[in-house]
Amino acid sequence: MWAFVFKRTLIALSVALTISVLCFSLLQLSGDLALSIGGPEATAEQVEQIRTDYGLDRPVIQQFTSWLWGAVQLDFGRSYYYQSDVMDLVVERLPVTMTLGVMSLAIALFVSIPLGVVAALKRGSWIDRMAMAIAVTGQAMPNFWFGLTLIILFAVKLQWFPAAGSDSWQGFVLPAIALGYYATPAMMRLTRSGMLEVLEADYIRTARAKGLRTGTVIFKHALRNAVIPVVALAAVELGFMLGGSVVIETVFSLRGLGQLAWNAISRNDYPVVQAIVLIIALFYIVLTLLADILNAVLDPRLRAR
Amino acid sequence: MSNQSSVERSTAPASPLLSVKQLRVDLPVAKGTLHAVRGIDFHVERGEMLCLVGESGCGKSMTSLALMGLLPRKAQINADCLNFDGVDLLTVSEHERSNLRGARMAMIFQEPMTALNPAYTLGNQLCEALRRHQLVSRKAAHDRALYLLKRVGISAAEERMRQYPHQLSGGLRQRVMIAMALMCEPDLIIADEPTTALDVTIQAQILHLLRDLQQEFGTAVIFITHDLGVVARIADRVAVMYAGEVIETASAQALFHAPSHPYTQGLLRCIPTPSKTLPGSRLQAIPGVVPSLVDKVEGCAFCNRCDHADERCYSTPPLQTVADRHLSRCHFAHQLANPATINAQEVTL
Ligand SMILES: Nc1ncnc2c1ncn2[C@@H]1O[C@H](COP(=O)(O)OP(=O)(O)O)[C@@H](O)[C@H]1O
Ligand code: SF4
Ligand SMILES: [Mg+2]
Repeated sequence: MWAFVFKRTLIALSVALTISVLCFSLLQLSGDLALSIGGPEATAEQVEQIRTDYGLDRPVIQQFTSWLWGAVQLDFGRSYYYQSDVMDLVVERLPVTMTLGVMSLAIALFVSIPLGVVAALKRGSWIDRMAMAIAVTGQAMPNFWFGLTLIILFAVKLQWFPAAGSDSWQGFVLPAIALGYYATPAMMRLTRSGMLEVLEADYIRTARAKGLRTGTVIFKHALRNAVIPVVALAAVELGFMLGGSVVIETVFSLRGLGQLAWNAISRNDYPVVQAIVLIIALFYIVLTLLADILNAVLDPRLRAR
Repeated sequence: MSNQSSVERSTAPASPLLSVKQLRVDLPVAKGTLHAVRGIDFHVERGEMLCLVGESGCGKSMTSLALMGLLPRKAQINADCLNFDGVDLLTVSEHERSNLRGARMAMIFQEPMTALNPAYTLGNQLCEALRRHQLVSRKAAHDRALYLLKRVGISAAEERMRQYPHQLSGGLRQRVMIAMALMCEPDLIIADEPTTALDVTIQAQILHLLRDLQQEFGTAVIFITHDLGVVARIADRVAVMYAGEVIETASAQALFHAPSHPYTQGLLRCIPTPSKTLPGSRLQAIPGVVPSLVDKVEGCAFCNRCDHADERCYSTPPLQTVADRHLSRCHFAHQLANPATINAQEVTL
């Protein structure tokens, strides 16, 4: 088991390094930074000034290593727009995005796994068809539109939840539903197909031959094996949700990482964009690593590899 | 073994552990209804080893699943009698059925590689059946599992209890399955081709083990196989199946020395010395093909492959008693039982 964790961690670290290279070079490829920071009215001297001030006149490799060295120490430089430390901005916004992500994932899991199990057990019944309808709608609906619908219905008409703001937990409910619903269909369908497959397995017949109760057969013997791929998917979905938070946080005016990213992109605030892209990518890597480890806990056969 | 059964026979016949009369299993398929089991009769005495033998596809697995109540949902079962120790298995509730399963009738499957749940330790899977059926402590269940693992010949049993199925070879897993079947001391074990997936030397070991344990614990076993060599080694009695029917039942002795159905005779002719037959000899040496089980089979199902067939065989042969507890489903069963008569018959014909 520990050898497995060590191996996976090494792989994760090398992926992280690759991502940081990509992350850095993407911005290099996006054009002359000094020009875009200066804006259309800047004179040639001003642009030159910016170039030296920001260290953009150095060789690319040197820019990269100094940026990476900073990043390792959690120093992403100063924001061009806010004129404050990038890390301070990120740390201030991070809890909002994390709360949103975890709540969304929890909602998605609580809806998709039971629905997937019931759909598989009652294949072809009305509940199966309803679950399928939910899945199709969920995949077809853009999440900003769904978010706005929730605001109109539950914030404006019914006034159950606030339409905006992250001051209390109520403010997170609607955005978490909007974001979680987006992840539900794929997880539900994977649970359903996993259950259908596992229920046909020989070991389920063995479990029934032992006279075990239906609940034991379904939850202990079937679900345990059926959720293994769902765990991996959940990690990927949480990653997507962090990406999706850019839109949802803007719709619900949550002061999270997504909103910060959106503002930074529209203001050419490159250090902030770089930092957020790298941080979200790192989250993604950590999530995948955790999913791998959780998978190995659930499926003993994986530990040997 | 045979002493014991002859004593039982001479006194008032004790009711058998399991009696099956006119069991039928139908499966809906694309082309119509597949009659996988077409009205079979047999019984199992307490503590005996009954071998159910027949070619692949003749309905052996469907029969065993019908007995366990584990048929596929779309399958239709009916019978005149399906009685397990006084319990009518046709009318019993699903709840009572699950109380019997694992506790009083257990099953060992053909494929040891997939029959165990990959996510749980062997100890966990061994103990759960006992703890489902009996009020025993975790410790007591653990001790029983440990004892049985040792009894089925698994070394380092304590360590094995903590291992997962993928850490064991096929032969070891089948030993675990045997131990698992014995956990609640069942009256009947149905073993559906338990050695077919194993290589020859392991097969022989598992066979020995099953025979030993069956005699030691006095458990009745329905041993399903397509391998007459296996039958010769372990059976007390034999029921030969063909195309969803039992076509001959007899004691192992009688079956090998006085087979009374052309199909059984054909099978035995393919094997020069039954007692020395190696496990692994397959039932496939008779020319011709098995009739389709979709739609009704008219007359004798073996008709198209039978050397003795004549116009009488267009009508369905009844089960005929050729000797004490020796039945054969053939119009010529009596003549076949006695080779002298059949020679005479052939001359007069
Ligand atoms: N799930 C199923 N659906 C339809 N037909 C089946 C199914 N399982 C088995 N059969 C058919 O039922 C007949 C009996 O099968 P089975 O009992 O498995 O034979 P055996 O165990 O003797 O090899 C065969 O003709 C087989 O093709
Ligand atoms: S009834 Fe006729 S066809 Fe059938 S086994 Fe007997 S002799 Fe052969
Ligand atoms: Mg079979």
